[in-house]
Amino acid sequence: MPGAYAPFPLTFDRRVSVQMEPIAEGLMVRKAGEDLLDELREAGADATACYQCGRCSAGCPVAEFFDLKPMQVVRLCCYGREDLLIKSRTVWLCASCETCTTRCPNDIDIARVMDVLRSRALRKGQSGTEPKVVAFHKAFLGSIRNHGRVFEIGMLTSYMLRTGDLFSRVGLGLEMFKRGKIKLLPERIKGSGEVRAMFRRKQK
Amino acid sequence: MAPEETKEKETQEEYSYYPGCSLHGTAHEYEDSVQEVFRLLGIRLTELPDWNCCGASSAHMTDHGLAVDLAARNLRIAGRLGKDLLVPCAACFHRLKAAEKAMGAQGGQAAGVRILHLNDWLRRSEVLRRIREAVKRPLNGLRLAPYYGCLITRPPSVTDVEEFENPRSMDLLIRVLGGEPGRWSHKTECCGGSLTLGRSDITNTLVSRIIKAAVRADARGIVTMCPMCQANLESNQLELKQRDRGHPVLPIFYATELIAACISDSTSGKRWKAHLVDPAGLLDAPALQP
Ligand code: SF4
Ligand code: SF4
Repeated sequence: MPGAYAPFPLTFDRRVSVQMEPIAEGLMVRKAGEDLLDELREAGADATACYQCGRCSAGCPVAEFFDLKPMQVVRLCCYGREDLLIKSRTVWLCASCETCTTRCPNDIDIARVMDVLRSRALRKGQSGTEPKVVAFHKAFLGSIRNHGRVFEIGMLTSYMLRTGDLFSRVGLGLEMFKRGKIKLLPERIKGSGEVRAMFRRKQK
Repeated sequence: MAPEETKEKETQEEYSYYPGCSLHGTAHEYEDSVQEVFRLLGIRLTELPDWNCCGASSAHMTDHGLAVDLAARNLRIAGRLGKDLLVPCAACFHRLKAAEKAMGAQGGQAAGVRILHLNDWLRRSEVLRRIREAVKRPLNGLRLAPYYGCLITRPPSVTDVEEFENPRSMDLLIRVLGGEPGRWSHKTECCGGSLTLGRSDITNTLVSRIIKAAVRADARGIVTMCPMCQANLESNQLELKQRDRGHPVLPIFYATELIAACISDSTSGKRWKAHLVDPAGLLDAPALQP
């Protein structure tokens, strides 16, 4: 895969706010972007264990479309460059195929690193780089919140309204409808109130 | 090639069952064939009452807590039924397994029942033996590419699957049904299902590579156990063919559809009605003749 092993272009960036932290008597180290690293560690993904072997990038099926390779994403977490990460296309184009996580020799759950970065990007209002991908996730989750189960027509309508992409898949939709794959009414569940409560918990 | 012996001797005659949203909608032919196969083999499936969506990719990609909550409600229902839980959808299986692990890690009580994908079920040697005994119309050497995709097997820390780089459950199944499993390069490559709406250019590229790899292995069709893979492979190759008339197009089967076609009495063409690429011709001649 061309570019998978591209040399890492960034050096430690001195603009990020740097705090000092004692790690042993008389020894101080830089502390930058620690809250990201903490959240990652809590999620079971210790980015600092990475030794840049490149296995994650080499096996990633989508890496050729990424602006940052998976190994660069992991390293930038250590460099405290969340600013670059949450603006990247990579976090939204990652398909969550779990190949990188499966193969990392240091057991870094890179797919989970991507999850954490996506949710941090949304929390910080950053979702401009791949608006259609974000619109899909929002439409999908909206459908679950409304019905407890996904209702395809409602989900697709919401997606089309969010993106203005009204016609690109109409032909396919008709073919699927003819084959009984698209239901006209949502399935409703008794536990829909419980499901909505999960979404409310999330918003707090 | 004998399947690995599993520890337990007896086959369980009843499972609880989580269909998930795809099997109730866009992948209803998967649901129909799962139900048919289990009925024909005399195994009872009890659908989880009032199940909710597992959250799929969209929940865990954007909110970990929500993803665990959504899946955990289903696991609590499964725990009340007390039977091992069969999950045919790869994404649902993955989310339920991930929630099981997360609940365990938080010191909580997971469902107390095992969560099985069809992949795990087929790995029980007793199951393949029963399917072999039930075959009425073998595939007569039809060459098929077993396609596992991502979430059935990866990562093993979540799925508890031992064969994740080179899984074999469908390879063995195809043999048991009298077909020839193609050995090929893309059996666990991602098809880009989660990008199919947002970035169809990427999905097109990934699907094209998978279809061409199957054709290189002389496969006449692809077999899958994931509703996203089936829909994505099937629809994207049609788009690809619209643009390039020389692009190959293969029928995409659910493993359970093939089992049902081989072990049931009916040869009805209706079985393939839901498919965008009609495989009937392939199976009528010369294979699958009684
Ligand atoms: S595979 Fe693991 S150790 Fe190797 S570069 Fe990727 S994250 Fe770092
Ligand atoms: S999970 Fe994402 S980053 Fe990792 S290999 Fe798959 S697409 Fe690439």
